[in-house]
Amino acid sequence: MSVSSEQVRHIAKLARIAMSEEELDRLVPELNNILGWVEQLGEVNTDGVEPLTAVIDQKLRLRDDVVNDGGVQDDVLANAPEAQHGFFAVPKVIE
Amino acid sequence: MTDLTAKTIAELRDGFRDGDFRAREIAESFNAAVAAAKLLNAYTVETPEDALAAADAADSARVSGDLPSLAGIPLGIKDLFATRGVDTTAGSKILQGFKPRYESTVTANLRKAGAGMLGKLNMDEFAMGSSNETSTYGPVISPWRRKGSNVGLTPGGSSGGSAAAVAAHIAPAATGTDTGGSIRQPAAFAGISGIKPTYGRCSRWGIVAFASSLDQAGPMAKTVRDCAILLEAMAGFDPKDSTSLDLPVPQWEANLSSDLRGKRVGIPKEYRIDGVPADINALWDKGIEWLKDAGATPVEISLPHTKYALPTYYIIAPAEASSNLARYDGVRYGLREEGVKTLDDMYSATRAEGFGDEVKRRIMIGTYVLSAGFYDAYFTKAQRVRALIKQDFAKAFEQCDVILTPTAPSAAFGIGETTDPLAMYLNDVFAVPASLAGLPAMSVPGGLDEQGLPLGLHLIGNELDEQMVLNAGLAIEERAGFTARPEKWW
Repeated sequence: MSVSSEQVRHIAKLARIAMSEEELDRLVPELNNILGWVEQLGEVNTDGVEPLTAVIDQKLRLRDDVVNDGGVQDDVLANAPEAQHGFFAVPKVIE
Repeated sequence: MTDLTAKTIAELRDGFRDGDFRAREIAESFNAAVAAAKLLNAYTVETPEDALAAADAADSARVSGDLPSLAGIPLGIKDLFATRGVDTTAGSKILQGFKPRYESTVTANLRKAGAGMLGKLNMDEFAMGSSNETSTYGPVISPWRRKGSNVGLTPGGSSGGSAAAVAAHIAPAATGTDTGGSIRQPAAFAGISGIKPTYGRCSRWGIVAFASSLDQAGPMAKTVRDCAILLEAMAGFDPKDSTSLDLPVPQWEANLSSDLRGKRVGIPKEYRIDGVPADINALWDKGIEWLKDAGATPVEISLPHTKYALPTYYIIAPAEASSNLARYDGVRYGLREEGVKTLDDMYSATRAEGFGDEVKRRIMIGTYVLSAGFYDAYFTKAQRVRALIKQDFAKAFEQCDVILTPTAPSAAFGIGETTDPLAMYLNDVFAVPASLAGLPAMSVPGGLDEQGLPLGLHLIGNELDEQMVLNAGLAIEERAGFTARPEKWW
């Protein structure tokens, strides 16, 4: 499988990264080079092999469903590029 | 006066306890060395006052006699660890100005053990790289140079600042993180030791996430003993990390022993690959002899899926990265690109401006392999192959107690010499399999190549058996007699 420049444009959109035509043109062969290389995994017979999801076997811990954190609005907003009235501020979404 | 910056953590700890020197003298020596080494570009932020405050606390505590394990020891901290009130940017423009209001668990553990901080250490952007060239602060320059040359070399990556700082004696030791070799490869390039523990030993809480199923913190230091001391302080159960191992921290330092009688050392035949310099294979053979001399028996083992580890890694790591890095959107912290109209354009413009080329490349690959229609063919397939790689190791450890390989397929290369992304990825060919299997692994210096550059030997242990890795590392350290130092030019 190889990706077209149209597909790369679509991936960039999904990834929310603005890209110029030059950047897209440069990325197409780079991505195809890498994808072509990873496709050697197709040689490996993985029939009946479960995908690995936890590298060290352990049970997922549960904790009591109680509030154990919070009340740190100032800390949460301290690094925001723009904060207003105790909220994160973003460009207008609804006209 | 003896040069305190040349001492190991163990020597500094013991000398301070015995009253040979004060903690303040240690901190001042390192602060001065850091300030005089700007040419290396190893530090992104210097925090001399932090090191001094911890030193003064240690000097006062010494009077009362009750000292935690790292009292009086200042450390360099990789810029991937959140440090309260101190810039934490993961080497990325997108996190510029980010001052966390919290401390990572690992650095909090080190502080609790009495350590101070010399500063934050440069690294590849979001730990994606093997040469430190992807940092927004520019590359770290290795203190090492080829014989008779003044060409700038990379210290490896992604923990390149950490490796260079320890090698140049501008930190007695440093924290690193390892996703696919980022502690071990730079340790090898810089002629120091570094260990990545079993996945889950060190809490990931407060470490900027790259690939969560692979990321592990670990120490980088002058000696194997120093690695053991630091790892004891860094590791431990943390309820804030869902994959943290709820196990007591072993006494790795107290149990160090280079007597390997009765132990079997696995030599994987698949690691004899084409294109590796003769120096490196010769050092590997020497390593086998050293471990034999320590009492161990070499056994040939097979890890049949070794050649598929890198392609597996380059699906799984970018996939996880593309998810983890979705949080950088210009809303909550770091960079925001202004001057665009819509929220969506703000996201795209911010990410275009804030991420470097390698990070974008990996987000793109990750987004692609996770996208509808390709998920099973790439991501699920890679997870299945990862299971086979893990199985290979499980079978191998029925026949041996530790595995010995070279750390990297080359010595340090020049800055700007490797421009092809794939060629750069191949640097981690020996390091990545242990990462995919979550196993403890360490690099120790073995010798110099023909050009006078350090080469590392790589030890991989079974799950939770850091002790075996450290012990074998110690056996090599004692026999390699590696005392070479870069000549000071900075």
